[in-house]
Amino acid sequence: MRIICHVAVNVFKESVRDKVLYNLVAFASLLIAVSYLLGQLTAGQDVKIVKDLGLAAIATFGLLIAVFIGIGLVWKEVERRSIYGLLSKPIRRSEFIVGKYAGLALTLLVNVVVMTVVFYAVLAYLNTQFPAAVRSAWPAPATDPGMLPAIVLIFVELLLVTAIALFFSTFSSPFLSAALTVGLWVIGHFNADLRNFEAVVESRPAAYLARGLYYLLPNFAAFDIKTQVVHALPVPAAYVVTTALYGLLYVALLLTGAVVIFSRRDFK
Amino acid sequence: MDAISTESLTKHYHIGFWRPRPYVALDALSLSVRQGEVFGFLGPNGAGKTTTLKLLMQLIYPTSGRAEILGRPVGDVAVRRRIGYLPENPYFYDYLTAEELLEYFGGLFGYSGADRHKRVGTLLDEVGIGAERRLQLRKFSKGMLQRVGIAQALINDPEVVFFDEPMSGLDPLGRREIRQLILKLRDRGCTVFFSSHVLSDAEALCSRVAVLAGGRLVAAGDLSELLAFQVRGWELVVNGLTDAALDQAKASGRVTQATALGGQRFALELPLSVVPADLLAGLTAQGAQLVSINPVRETLEDFFVRQIGAAPKDRGLGEVAR
Repeated sequence: MRIICHVAVNVFKESVRDKVLYNLVAFASLLIAVSYLLGQLTAGQDVKIVKDLGLAAIATFGLLIAVFIGIGLVWKEVERRSIYGLLSKPIRRSEFIVGKYAGLALTLLVNVVVMTVVFYAVLAYLNTQFPAAVRSAWPAPATDPGMLPAIVLIFVELLLVTAIALFFSTFSSPFLSAALTVGLWVIGHFNADLRNFEAVVESRPAAYLARGLYYLLPNFAAFDIKTQVVHALPVPAAYVVTTALYGLLYVALLLTGAVVIFSRRDFK
Repeated sequence: MDAISTESLTKHYHIGFWRPRPYVALDALSLSVRQGEVFGFLGPNGAGKTTTLKLLMQLIYPTSGRAEILGRPVGDVAVRRRIGYLPENPYFYDYLTAEELLEYFGGLFGYSGADRHKRVGTLLDEVGIGAERRLQLRKFSKGMLQRVGIAQALINDPEVVFFDEPMSGLDPLGRREIRQLILKLRDRGCTVFFSSHVLSDAEALCSRVAVLAGGRLVAAGDLSELLAFQVRGWELVVNGLTDAALDQAKASGRVTQATALGGQRFALELPLSVVPADLLAGLTAQGAQLVSINPVRETLEDFFVRQIGAAPKDRGLGEVAR
């Protein structure tokens, strides 16, 4: 565990030195700029739009970090041969993989937490800009803590995307890893269509294949409860917990696969 | 117990995409390195030296055979607590400073706090990294990176250290410092296994060497024994040698080469078959005096060139399969 933490802290340090956290400035600037512009254009709907946009931005910025850093995590070490010095030390290959993953997860956590703080700060400011009569017409207060479960699931989704990117990066090039990761993410958002595929095709093998893929591929759509929380619709706690556990189980499987592949690799 | 031992250690690769052909990177290497010695692992580029080191570090897995370090299989993580490794042309995390890199690696061995910091400082001093230790490694020259690479290999005070081309990228002063460092390591009981194609370094440092060519071990043993058996003649330095006496000695075929050293002083090279005393008797009768007599021994370079020249070149699997 000590070794894993040690590797993870180093990955976090790399992210900071590579100026990954600069994206937070971009996020904050975007949110503040949009809030200001909307304030000039619409009345009453501003808060809902900012909520929509803020949650989507947290997910998108996180996704970009997860994919583009995730695909290079292992590849860069192998390509630049820094792995030679590292693996000759008392560290197992499994600890290396898990440590690398934990480091990027820590980077994402810091990102998501800071983005969430900025998001709520902008909403709190907007809240002061409206009279009580307008505020009372909103389905939920501007700084509704009910949005936090959506952010938790966004974070779990990012953990899953990171695990997919890391899995592919243990055996393929960054370009291929990026293409496969993004491809899986897109398919995962249309996962429900695979389930219903048998209703629209007559071929039984095709239906079985679609059903098999439905169970095999990660269901990213399940993590998306942004619309519900923005409209203050109830989201059962059990759903959030089960979905988070589903994501974490998938992460565990992918990391196991990454460790198995990485442990057999020759570093020529 | 040997510091390092390999038994029929073999590594094949498959090259080519559509029709992969086997390529023998290392063929049945059996080797043993005793504790506390400086062992030179020599061979031209592509001989299989780095492949062997990677197999010993388990960066690659053998096709067959086995390897042990300090009596334990190379895959054992506990063994890695007791060894150090400098890769060829080392590259480290360029966003870290030299100090941070060593702190990071030190942490993997469980060092922490002031102890780790002190150890890092001492090692960087030892390899000649001064104020630059607080610069990011991306600003380091090749020679400085090599020094950092050597320091990181020694962070755990290893019992066995593996250096892959340790002198690469170093200036003459740096090479001398690293030579001194290797001897210092030997003096404190550390086994040093280093690969090189710089033979003068091996000759100056090693007690034993192995020569690898085309993935095969072509010679191994005590350096003094390997070269002592290859005395190829004698060198006589004589004074007061007249031209007539010199011509006569040359004409007899007993002198293969005569080099004028100044005045009537000459260095005469005799083949091994000539008894120096017989020639000397003739020369002294003509007024010459003996200054010195020495056996002309083969240098490591001569030995190396001869061994490499004799080694088979083909590395396809069919050629080496036994």
